[in-house]
Amino acid sequence: MLKFALAGNPNSGKTTLFNTLTGSTTHVGNWPGVTVDKREGVYKKCAKPVSIVDLPGIYSLSPYTPEEVISRNFILNEKPNCVINIVDATNLERNLYLTTQLMEIDVPVVVALNMMDQVKKNDEKINSQKLEEKLGIPVIEISALKSKGIDLLMKRAYQASKSDRKGSTIFKSSSLGHLINDVKIALTETSKVSNVLFHAIKLIEMDPLEVADHGDLVKIIDKFKTTFSDSTFGSDFEAFVADSRYKYISKNFSPVLTRPASHKIENLTKSDKVDRVLTHRIWGIPIFLVILFAIFHLTFSEDFLYLGAMGVLSEDFITLEGSFYEGMFGEGSIFSPGVILFNFLDISMTGLSDLVASAMEGAVADWAAGFIVDGILGGLFAVLSFLPQILVLFLFFSILEDSGYMARIAFILDRIFRKFGLSGRAFMPMIMGFGCSIPAMINTRTLADDNERSATIRVIPFFSCGAKLPILTAIAGGIVMVFKIGSAEIITYSMYLLGIATAIVSVLFLRNTTLKGEVPPFIMELPSYHSPQFKSLMLHLWDKAKHFVKKAFTIILASTIVIWVISHFSWGWEFLPNELIDQSILAGIGQLLRPLFTPLGFGSQLNSWGWVFVVAAVTGLIAKENVIATFGTLAACITAGFAPNEALEGIDSVVEMIAATGITVPALISFIAFNMTTIPCFAAVATAKAELKDQKRFNATLMFWLLSSYIVGTIVYVIGTWWWSLFIIIAITVLAVLTIIFLNKKEYTFKKKKAQYGAF
Amino acid sequence: MLKNLEQFNLGEKGTIKTVDGEGKIRRRLFDMGVTPGAEVILRKKAPLGDPLEVTIRGYELTLRKTEAAYVIMEVENA
Repeated sequence: MLKFALAGNPNSGKTTLFNTLTGSTTHVGNWPGVTVDKREGVYKKCAKPVSIVDLPGIYSLSPYTPEEVISRNFILNEKPNCVINIVDATNLERNLYLTTQLMEIDVPVVVALNMMDQVKKNDEKINSQKLEEKLGIPVIEISALKSKGIDLLMKRAYQASKSDRKGSTIFKSSSLGHLINDVKIALTETSKVSNVLFHAIKLIEMDPLEVADHGDLVKIIDKFKTTFSDSTFGSDFEAFVADSRYKYISKNFSPVLTRPASHKIENLTKSDKVDRVLTHRIWGIPIFLVILFAIFHLTFSEDFLYLGAMGVLSEDFITLEGSFYEGMFGEGSIFSPGVILFNFLDISMTGLSDLVASAMEGAVADWAAGFIVDGILGGLFAVLSFLPQILVLFLFFSILEDSGYMARIAFILDRIFRKFGLSGRAFMPMIMGFGCSIPAMINTRTLADDNERSATIRVIPFFSCGAKLPILTAIAGGIVMVFKIGSAEIITYSMYLLGIATAIVSVLFLRNTTLKGEVPPFIMELPSYHSPQFKSLMLHLWDKAKHFVKKAFTIILASTIVIWVISHFSWGWEFLPNELIDQSILAGIGQLLRPLFTPLGFGSQLNSWGWVFVVAAVTGLIAKENVIATFGTLAACITAGFAPNEALEGIDSVVEMIAATGITVPALISFIAFNMTTIPCFAAVATAKAELKDQKRFNATLMFWLLSSYIVGTIVYVIGTWWWSLFIIIAITVLAVLTIIFLNKKEYTFKKKKAQYGAF
Repeated sequence: MLKNLEQFNLGEKGTIKTVDGEGKIRRRLFDMGVTPGAEVILRKKAPLGDPLEVTIRGYELTLRKTEAAYVIMEVENA
């Protein structure tokens, strides 16, 4: 099959084009570096089916970041039949810089001039025919977003792929032309590499990868250097080559673009105007925090805009007592959209499970009815009812990402991040962690420094992912209902903040102890703002929902069945009715592990039902949704044992069970904190292992997660129970920090001295 | 007059004269279009004074002061 590669700058629309071509629904964002690995799909509308490979976005073919190396090696080694170079037409000069490098490879190249709709909107004109003449390769205007020009692009690419193309360079008639020829000849003589032109130029640039391969040829270049001197660069060829490319582009290619007469560099673009507010010197950070809070408010609040608390609404405002919708829209308040959707699903599923229960009553054996209603439906519905809130939260995050605001957050927060030894770029994988740790960990590939990467991978799970959201919401709701204090929304928001705080403290700790390193540079493009695309938002949500439901009906369903079985059989494999669950295998395991969790508040100090917390936390190691699914299954059975006549369902029974364990508020919060900061789900652990590569580092990472969750849980419980212990903990922390600073200083002065002596 | 990009005031404009530094950072600056002759305007400073946002070659680039210090600018005397 023919193979076409998509190459271009980050955020130039490669993935959008890829999705349009292959009908895939891969995630797209307005942030440079969303794609970090290559992906394949098939385009079927050409004469023959064509395999399309989406390469990570790159600015250059220099070998400094993993993405650049992936793209470069793919084009050189896998020899695609054609490279489609996507050029963001609104940013011509910088995008063509990569084009001039791609053209040096012996492969057919076609330029797809993307975002032409935006160019027209800006009252600019691009003469693509002239550009085609100047470049000597086909140039096709397209709009990947609006699916315009795609067929023509593929037709031209298909034609181009039929004949071979020899690399061409803009340096042909420059002062380096002779040297390039000499190195080319030497390369052909000494080795059998293909793409001699590309390798020759990279070698002249002293590209580390080339020098390693063809070190013997460096002397030709060194000899040439003695005779060559440029007025500004001397014999620094790397600088000279990069600069010449840009000079050539400005002189030859840029004139194809005509801007309106009013255009000046000082003019504020629309993005600049938005940025005047969003990245304001004083208001930038407060606005960010308010936006974050507003998102949580819209998703979790049971008192929308605090109208209830302000006393504007009557006490039974839209409670709709007695109707099917009772308590769905509000209770003396208006619920936020997230909560309304949650209630809707919760009420429907409770109804459904009632229906099943009454249909089975008398028709099947009691244990079978119990297995289906409590075991399967109890666990499954407890998890599924959180889907709407997860989707609402992701809708907001996708809007932030699509609009280009995420990149600004990195800009705003870089200074703070740097204090902890990370660059603002590390912010993206962390924010992605709110969705799912797995893509977040893969995205750390955009970080060039290994130690920074490892530290980021370790703290990603602390950014509470979608699967952990049910734990947060259910327990926070439980606290409010059982103890009549606080508001679920504030608890949820503060737990997210606690996760972030833990991440910050951990990074600071790691970057000063085992994962030291210089703060990597932060040189990043800020993409223009654009309004999020409805289609891409919906695709993203659809993907998320599909993934969640699939998981619910596979791993989680299987887990709930296992949990039900081992909670209804004794060690002697005798069936136990609901009332005797505390003699089951599951309870036995829970009781055994329980003392371990005593410092965290959900261990030995609870009454005979206390083992449910331990069991739930352990099942969470498979998938975090399991924590609440386990609660759902167990609660349905346990509360049925308490009051067989009074059927409690869904979240209500979980709340009832929590109350029955005699647990305290600090212990419940510590339970959330433990689950948020402990070893993530099985799939995330496997990803961490693959991304870290080093086995030792992976083991250390597992230890780190266990320790961090144990420490955070204990601190939360101890401070919550005995407030004065706060001072002791602060004292210990200060001591630890001072020790680290002292040790680092000693090492630093030692190194400095060594450097001094070394100089003699 | 020669001046460091790091020392620019908001809204100040100039042309890049040379780019110092070495290795990775320098190469990265080149690849992003920070090369001699390019026109640069300092658009914005982040809330804590660092990093900087500049407009260069028709797009917005953000870089830290430490990196901006490598960029030597030619500015017209006011």
